[in-house]
Amino acid sequence: MKVSLFVTCISDAVYPRVAEAIARLLARYGVAVDLPPVQTCCGQPAYNSGYWQEAREAAKTILDAFADSDFVVSPSGSCTGMIHHYDKLFEDDPVYLEKARVLEQKSYEFTQFLVHVLGVTDLGAVYPHKVTYHPSCHGSRILGVKEEPLVLMERVKGLELVPLPFAEDCCGFGGTFAVKMSDISGAMVTEKADHVLESEAEVLVGLDMACLMNISGHLQYRNEPVRVMHLAELLYEGVKQT
Amino acid sequence: MSAAQSKPRDTVKERAELALNNAFLRKAVKYTTEKLRGGKQQAAEEHGNWEAWRERGRQIRLHTIAHLDYYLQEFAENARANGVHVHVADTGAEAVEIALAIAEQKRARSAVKSKSMVTEELHLNQALEGIGVEAIETDLGEYIIQLAGEAPSHIIIPAIHKNRQQIAELLSKDAGETLPPDTTVLAGFVRKKLREKFLEADLGITGCNFAIAESGSMVLFENEGNARMVTTVPETQITFMGMERIIPSWSDLEVMATLLPRSATGQKLTVYMSGITGPKRQEDGDGPEEMHIIIIDNGRSLQLGDPEFQELLNCIRCGACLNACPVYRHIGGHAYGGTYSGPIGAVLTPALQGNVAEWDDIANASSLCGACYEACPVKIPLHDMLVYLRRRKVEQGYSPTLERWAMKGYAAVMSSSVKLQRTLKLGKLGQKLVVRDGVIKARIGPLEGWNRYRHTPGLPEQSFRERWETLEPDIRGSLQEMDAGMKERMQQLVRSRSEGNENQGKRDSSEGESIRSDAPTAYSGKRNSDRVDREESGVNKGKGGGNHG
Ligand code: SF4
Repeated sequence: MKVSLFVTCISDAVYPRVAEAIARLLARYGVAVDLPPVQTCCGQPAYNSGYWQEAREAAKTILDAFADSDFVVSPSGSCTGMIHHYDKLFEDDPVYLEKARVLEQKSYEFTQFLVHVLGVTDLGAVYPHKVTYHPSCHGSRILGVKEEPLVLMERVKGLELVPLPFAEDCCGFGGTFAVKMSDISGAMVTEKADHVLESEAEVLVGLDMACLMNISGHLQYRNEPVRVMHLAELLYEGVKQT
Repeated sequence: MSAAQSKPRDTVKERAELALNNAFLRKAVKYTTEKLRGGKQQAAEEHGNWEAWRERGRQIRLHTIAHLDYYLQEFAENARANGVHVHVADTGAEAVEIALAIAEQKRARSAVKSKSMVTEELHLNQALEGIGVEAIETDLGEYIIQLAGEAPSHIIIPAIHKNRQQIAELLSKDAGETLPPDTTVLAGFVRKKLREKFLEADLGITGCNFAIAESGSMVLFENEGNARMVTTVPETQITFMGMERIIPSWSDLEVMATLLPRSATGQKLTVYMSGITGPKRQEDGDGPEEMHIIIIDNGRSLQLGDPEFQELLNCIRCGACLNACPVYRHIGGHAYGGTYSGPIGAVLTPALQGNVAEWDDIANASSLCGACYEACPVKIPLHDMLVYLRRRKVEQGYSPTLERWAMKGYAAVMSSSVKLQRTLKLGKLGQKLVVRDGVIKARIGPLEGWNRYRHTPGLPEQSFRERWETLEPDIRGSLQEMDAGMKERMQQLVRSRSEGNENQGKRDSSEGESIRSDAPTAYSGKRNSDRVDREESGVNKGKGGGNHG
């Protein structure tokens, strides 16, 4: 059974600690992930900006990397969601279209994999802190990952999950949107951070490092000490202590 | 000349900036959209079977649009048999000409109008004024906007961007005396003033929420009763109808009447729903002596047969996508530059013009979060369409040069992991100049706009890939034995794939049964509607403000 890590370019380059937490957590259940080296980026920045030819160049590395994997796990709902667009992206390329269909079936966002494939909801973690959760748009709306993270957090001992007002509102990241429409994006992340502060949580978790980079970057800019992390990191910290 | 709108000279970015610096506007729009989407969410939940009805609504619209020519034919025949004059206009300009000809023939001096987005699209009021016909908007929100000399900034709540104080000032000028910013007083003033206008009017002009093919009827949804007046008092009624407004039958209307008010305002039912089948008959107590329906294409048929955009014609103009949109909330409707705003406007405006180049930039004003799709009662995938629009612009060579180069660079780096590694190494060297305490604060290059609101994390010593060399053996050393049940389950999943059972083990937790064994927590049960009743209310924001259509 070959379980591969779709590390995503942002976790690879900027947040290796997230991918490490996933690899270590999965090892506790006997899953030894492999890391196919040819993978780069899912292609989303180019796809969303309308540069599909450029997106294909990146996407092909993903399709090639995981051709012989049985399961593909990623720390991002958005990048896994991008795989669901590959059939459209490669509609005129029969070879890659077939690969795209196969990959879509075997790709899982991290919490999907834990809950639906491994059947694990209680990792035996302890994390005595006030935590709030931001459901990233693509993970929750494209993949439908809504309950999985909540179920996992409910079973963490000591964790107090506090509501994030208007949790489902976009944080304003949107890839190149944040660069092109920086003032609108800035208004959105300001509002999101206001809601995080309103929740009075010590920790903000999510399932997408791009969105979390956006929110934490803004919180840092405002000098707000809320800790921001991926749910995998929280869970790993929580089990390390036991 | 087509009645197509000319492209605004400024960019969406510039218009958005105006809005972002307008605290009144932002507060007013935020207040009302939060209230409306909270109401919608609650109405959908109370309905109990929302997803099924949403799918039903989508199917009705898909079917109708797929057979649009058939149903239009049926509608026109039935309406004519009812005594309605049915006209067909390819362009907005043609539609306006038809209406002006009727007005001239009737020697009309004034017209009362109920709320209609399609007449906004045609700039009908200006055309009527041009031949000396006074056109008076009778929907409260539209009346306010007309006084202000503005265009509606929301398809359901035209004056959503104004607060009560601003509205009181406008109406005070109209009244020639100072009116207090009190909803009852303000609405009372307008009602009294409009009553006279209704009695004087020669023409009653309406839009059309739905046209029923099987009986040739037109249906209006509204909350104020003004559309009833418009369709009963004046002698001549002119209805403007987008060619896609059609549905096959009255039983389909039941579905639409369930979806539209709930999606628009959270109402279970609209206050007034009028079905009008022809002019006044002898036995009728009221109604127009003469009735015209102008069916308008104006760019709509460009979407027919276009697999990426045909579903746009399914739109029932409920405004739910505007209320759900986090971008709309911050910039309001005028920033979109066209008649239709918000996510639907960002796609519809360029689509109706058939000209991506001129309207390309509004497609960029979206983070592609998908809230519009989730809110849409007929499930139009607006977030996908925005991407298709962007792609068409790139394909047609309208993208900015710098962006094109950047994307070429992106493709070059991301086409091979070796190049990506090399680039990251360079980045790690380069960032030494700008990283302080682990973050980049300098507003330089592509980080210019981003860093105006954030700090950017620097790249860590080692990428995950580099770390993997030591990490992998370490992890393998601590590997646990896999539980036999788990292993069996995974093998079963792999087997079921080859049997073509696609979604095994990936249940969408938003649909179907819950993955929990226990009850949902307070967290997941939390509703937005708990939080939206805090701020002051505006006159056009009260329950039942505005018409739908
Ligand atoms: S696109 Fe959907 S949500 Fe938006 S106005 Fe049309 S029907 Fe309503």
